[in-house]
Amino acid sequence: MKGKLLKTFASSVVALSMLVGCSSGSGTASTELKEGDTVKIGLNYELSGAVASYGQAEYKGASLAIKQYNANKDSKYKIKAVKMDNKGDASESTSAATKLMTEDGVAFVVGPATSGASIATYPVADQNQVPVISPSATQVDATMNGDSPYEYAFRICFEDSYQGKAMAKFGYENLGKKKAVIINEVSDYGKGLTKVFTQKFEDLGGEVVATESYNAKDTDFAGIITKVKDKGADVLFIAGYYSEAGLIIKQAREAGMDCTILGADGFESEKLAELAGKENLNNCYYSTAYTTVNASDDLTAFVDAYTKEYGEAPNMFSALTYDATNLGLQALEKAGKTGADLQKAIADAKFEGLTGSFTFDKTHSPKKSVLVVNLVDGVQTEAVSVDPNK
Amino acid sequence: MTAFLQQLVNGLSLGSIYALIALGYTMVYGIIKLINFAHGDIYMLGAYCAFLITTYCGLGFIPALLISMVFCGVVGVLIERIAYKPLRHATRITALITAIGVSYVLEYATQYIMGSEVRTYPKLLTSASFHLGPVTITMQQVYIFVITVILMIVLQFIVQKTKMGRAMRAVSVDEDAARLMGIDVDKTISFTFLLGSALAGVAGVLVGIYYNSINPLMGMTPGLKAFIAAVFGGIGSIPGAMIGGLFIGIAETMVTAYGSSLYKDAIVYIILILILILKPAGLLGKNVREKV
Repeated sequence: MKGKLLKTFASSVVALSMLVGCSSGSGTASTELKEGDTVKIGLNYELSGAVASYGQAEYKGASLAIKQYNANKDSKYKIKAVKMDNKGDASESTSAATKLMTEDGVAFVVGPATSGASIATYPVADQNQVPVISPSATQVDATMNGDSPYEYAFRICFEDSYQGKAMAKFGYENLGKKKAVIINEVSDYGKGLTKVFTQKFEDLGGEVVATESYNAKDTDFAGIITKVKDKGADVLFIAGYYSEAGLIIKQAREAGMDCTILGADGFESEKLAELAGKENLNNCYYSTAYTTVNASDDLTAFVDAYTKEYGEAPNMFSALTYDATNLGLQALEKAGKTGADLQKAIADAKFEGLTGSFTFDKTHSPKKSVLVVNLVDGVQTEAVSVDPNK
Repeated sequence: MTAFLQQLVNGLSLGSIYALIALGYTMVYGIIKLINFAHGDIYMLGAYCAFLITTYCGLGFIPALLISMVFCGVVGVLIERIAYKPLRHATRITALITAIGVSYVLEYATQYIMGSEVRTYPKLLTSASFHLGPVTITMQQVYIFVITVILMIVLQFIVQKTKMGRAMRAVSVDEDAARLMGIDVDKTISFTFLLGSALAGVAGVLVGIYYNSINPLMGMTPGLKAFIAAVFGGIGSIPGAMIGGLFIGIAETMVTAYGSSLYKDAIVYIILILILILKPAGLLGKNVREKV
């Protein structure tokens, strides 16, 4: 009972602070910056809680970008990072963003990592005219407020459905596969991918012969695999995350299902090879925004700097955030102002980063191609760029 | 037909795991009428214990299995001594709530110590498979099934043929009368927890190897399903737990095969509801009249 009261109290405080944000928000718009000024940047991440591994990786990516910016003599401003932990919770994320924008007066916010927590900050961003750049909010239409995008919300990752299209195209055209089986997780992520994959694959002329679903945290897939094994499919698309996908791959291969396996960025984890077994990860492809295969000099430099700083290799999330932070910093230098001018500089940016070059489309999502990597004994060996819209 | 037989094999290996966990539920319930909700988490501890032994000490399958059994047995006894014994004559609901509390303590303590991410096992058993006609059977499935059957026979022998087993049955019928006959009731109850928890430990190790994925909350769903298996077979009955476990495993697999994989959890709970309505004592359960 006490907890409930407290919660009600807390949420009314949040609501109240948002109201206050409304009225004072317009006052913070567009401040002119002088060279050598100290500019604050908000880092709003899932530093604890169930998805802390994403938030931690992104926080490190952003911190590295800021550190490198401050160390560079040509930089116009001195950047001070203000971090907030949103615990992976949407309402915590809203209050974190509100605090960063109204109390700390940050120029822009990078983060959060997950779609739900990100979307919760977009209305606050519009109210206070402070841009939010989400590195990895991949949910379909995450940046949209009805028919138009939130003016101050941007993301630099492609959305879930985009990958589903890319993988369908890759399977049908690049690999010449005609009959697909889909095993998907019952979640927005899994269902969204399945829908667009099916659509694209059938539009191209292929056939989806079976679609089976599972719940997150399931471990036994023998029933599903036995059921789909004899459908005569030449490709299996797994729309889910590595924790279950790894087990599905292991169990499918052990049951003698040796067709090509496709997946999306949910496969992106070193745990995939541990769960599935290296010997089972052949003839397997997945889409991602980041790979160190055929790394450019910039990427190699980033990997070295990151590894030196944190004693571990970066992943997709840290690279995306590194890009998102640099995008914000470049726009800040170009605009020389915060608020509406900074928003315009970001919206018009032509950015070249570690995770690809892009400009923003009218939904404030990047126009970039999807990378498809293949696995040989669990190790990435090749990367192909696929543009699903061509 | 081939697909049906293959699904039957899948169901049997899944069911064996449920059966192993269900045995512990049924024994504890049989003797102190307590539904030990922490049992699923003992199973999780067994998986983690073997994970640590094999990953960091490099020991093989058999030593890992034995050490996990001993570890889980000891944890089971400790839990009984610390959490349940002081409440033995309190109302049943008190003990039940305590059991749920113990369950949370184990889950979150493990999460705190080991982290919440998924862990994988080193390769302990061959993943080779052989063909029996058109049906593919992996060696791991054979191990799981054989180990379960052997343990069940050993358990049945202990309960029916040994002095300790006789004491267990006596305490189960009437604790006070058993005490008057000179049976050390506390020791007998501890022994029951030791046996049941050791079996859950075995199940944890086998699952860790078979699925190659463990996490601190892995005990929740299988624990619940094993409980349903125990109720289905007749709670308190050892062969009943075995039959219940296999039945639930096969039912789940068949629903996936001939219906939708999304209903496989639902079917287990529907079975629970039906059994509670139609035959509350379970398949092999005895209908004991309550003394008033």
